[in-house]
Amino acid sequence: MSFAIRRVVQTFVVLLVVSVLVFALIHAAPGGPVEMYLENPNVRPEDIARLRHQLGLDRPLPAQYVAWLASFVRGDWGFSFSDGRPVIERLVERVPATLELVGTSTLLAVIAALGAGVVSVKRRAVDRVTAIASVAGISLPVFWFGLVLQLLFANALGWLPSSGRSSFGDTSLVDRLSHLVLPAIVLASAQVAGWSRYLRGSLRQALAMQFTVAARSRGASEWRIILRHALRNALLPFVTVVFLDASIMASGAVVTESVFAWPGIGGLFNEALARRDYTVLMAFLMCGATAVALLNFVADIAVHAIDPRTRPAT
Amino acid sequence: MTTSGISRIAFAPDVRLSRRRRSMIGRAASSGWMPAVSVLLLLLLLAVFAPLITPYGFDAIDLAHRREAPSLAHWFGTDELGRDLLTRILFGARISLSIGVISATMSVAIGTAIGGIAGYAGGWVDDALMRLTDAILSIPRLPLLMIASAVLQPRVPLLIVLVGCVGWMETARVVRADVQSIKSRDFVSAARAMGATPARVVARHVLPSALPSAASATTIAVGRGILLESALSFFGVGVQPPTASWGNMLYQAQTTMSTEPWLGIFPGAFIFITVLCFNVIGDALVGERTRAA
Repeated sequence: MSFAIRRVVQTFVVLLVVSVLVFALIHAAPGGPVEMYLENPNVRPEDIARLRHQLGLDRPLPAQYVAWLASFVRGDWGFSFSDGRPVIERLVERVPATLELVGTSTLLAVIAALGAGVVSVKRRAVDRVTAIASVAGISLPVFWFGLVLQLLFANALGWLPSSGRSSFGDTSLVDRLSHLVLPAIVLASAQVAGWSRYLRGSLRQALAMQFTVAARSRGASEWRIILRHALRNALLPFVTVVFLDASIMASGAVVTESVFAWPGIGGLFNEALARRDYTVLMAFLMCGATAVALLNFVADIAVHAIDPRTRPAT
Repeated sequence: MTTSGISRIAFAPDVRLSRRRRSMIGRAASSGWMPAVSVLLLLLLLAVFAPLITPYGFDAIDLAHRREAPSLAHWFGTDELGRDLLTRILFGARISLSIGVISATMSVAIGTAIGGIAGYAGGWVDDALMRLTDAILSIPRLPLLMIASAVLQPRVPLLIVLVGCVGWMETARVVRADVQSIKSRDFVSAARAMGATPARVVARHVLPSALPSAASATTIAVGRGILLESALSFFGVGVQPPTASWGNMLYQAQTTMSTEPWLGIFPGAFIFITVLCFNVIGDALVGERTRAA
């Protein structure tokens, strides 16, 4: 149990460090968070001063940090600079689109990685192909891959829509799915490469174990050994890695949603970046890091609970 | 290199990510490292001698030949100002390669220092440094860098520093694990018993054993640096025109992708092939280590 408590404390410390970093980053801007108003000729210097006072920007930095963190924890994330609405409202309305995209591509990636991983343990030729494909996969610039797929399937062949989440006025499932195909493939491609090789590695480790030899000597078929014995052992670290890569998924979503004009949180991030909408950007980084830290925490605790071998010897 | 083999098993929870990176590509692809080295050398030569090789200036505007498809005169076509794309790609290679190589060197230097200190000191120093590492790792890397770039509006040197500052965490974890397993070995105890200062023990006895990890981490970090630069520039917050980088060429190309696809395809292909070569070499280095073990 002490492991779980230590992990909880660690996660809190990590999030605290994250909040300091994010706060420091935003306040490193030359004009601070009101930078965007400085370039506006209609805004007088005294307006800026009043705004800074209203936002508390004239108080000492540590005091500002504490005030910001306190309200952030309470769910008061401030107002968007660009349209004046609460930041939390703008983020929450984008969640469904992002969940749809990230969920679909995670599912695609897991299925593809499972298939590639299992078959490459069994067939040497497949192994060589997947080995090469996975180096290529991790080297691929995601945004370029997206542009090339758009060019090929939307512009040249005309099979799929090039961007957006649905056609105007069309609410059919087919239309929704056809919009989802390309972005989901692009986002999944960022993950399949790493995951399939990782699964292959843990499958091979499992296949080298005594229980595999025992199963073989009992006359179990190779497929049965791989699927029933090796895969069961390899699945746990594989699932952990899927959780641990949440951070890569978040970066990938920002790129993919931008290329395909997908109206999710990544798209919101890009709009906010273009307008220097610092309250939204801060909230984005905090939410992203919190989600990643929590997923890591869940993965660690789950593995710890399920697999006694990972517990410290003490 | 048996030590690192042990360390990887003994400290599995902490090196999980890096171990996966290392075993990712396997032996099959590592046989391809010679072509990868040749391609990179060729690219390096072309980039260094670009002004001598290319018949066009990298910013020579030729409005009579705007948006031309690839031809014998312009192998990769021309852009919206009639500038030769191949020329711009070779000049862009100078920027993209420098950013990749210098930022990777920086990342690995920081990572080795932090991982070395954490692993050797242990205790609260180790805890503090590792929580910092965890914290930075949990912030999605690309958005973090995009905001930093938007806020600071860096020129190329500062951009290199920014990219270098977000790439050291993996190296720190690997080096820490290596150092932890090496510091309790007899030759290190012997050095300490003979009165060597902690600084000398670390520099002369402990860190050299972590060098192979650092070497493969460097090549992989070069690839990552090039990808990060190109993504930043693609979003308009990286290398700014008129300086050409592969990323900002794509940024300019994305709106006209359907009518002038060559403007997007070629710079992206150069990013892809270059990063691929670095990753193949990085993996071959890992392969060498595992075979030697």
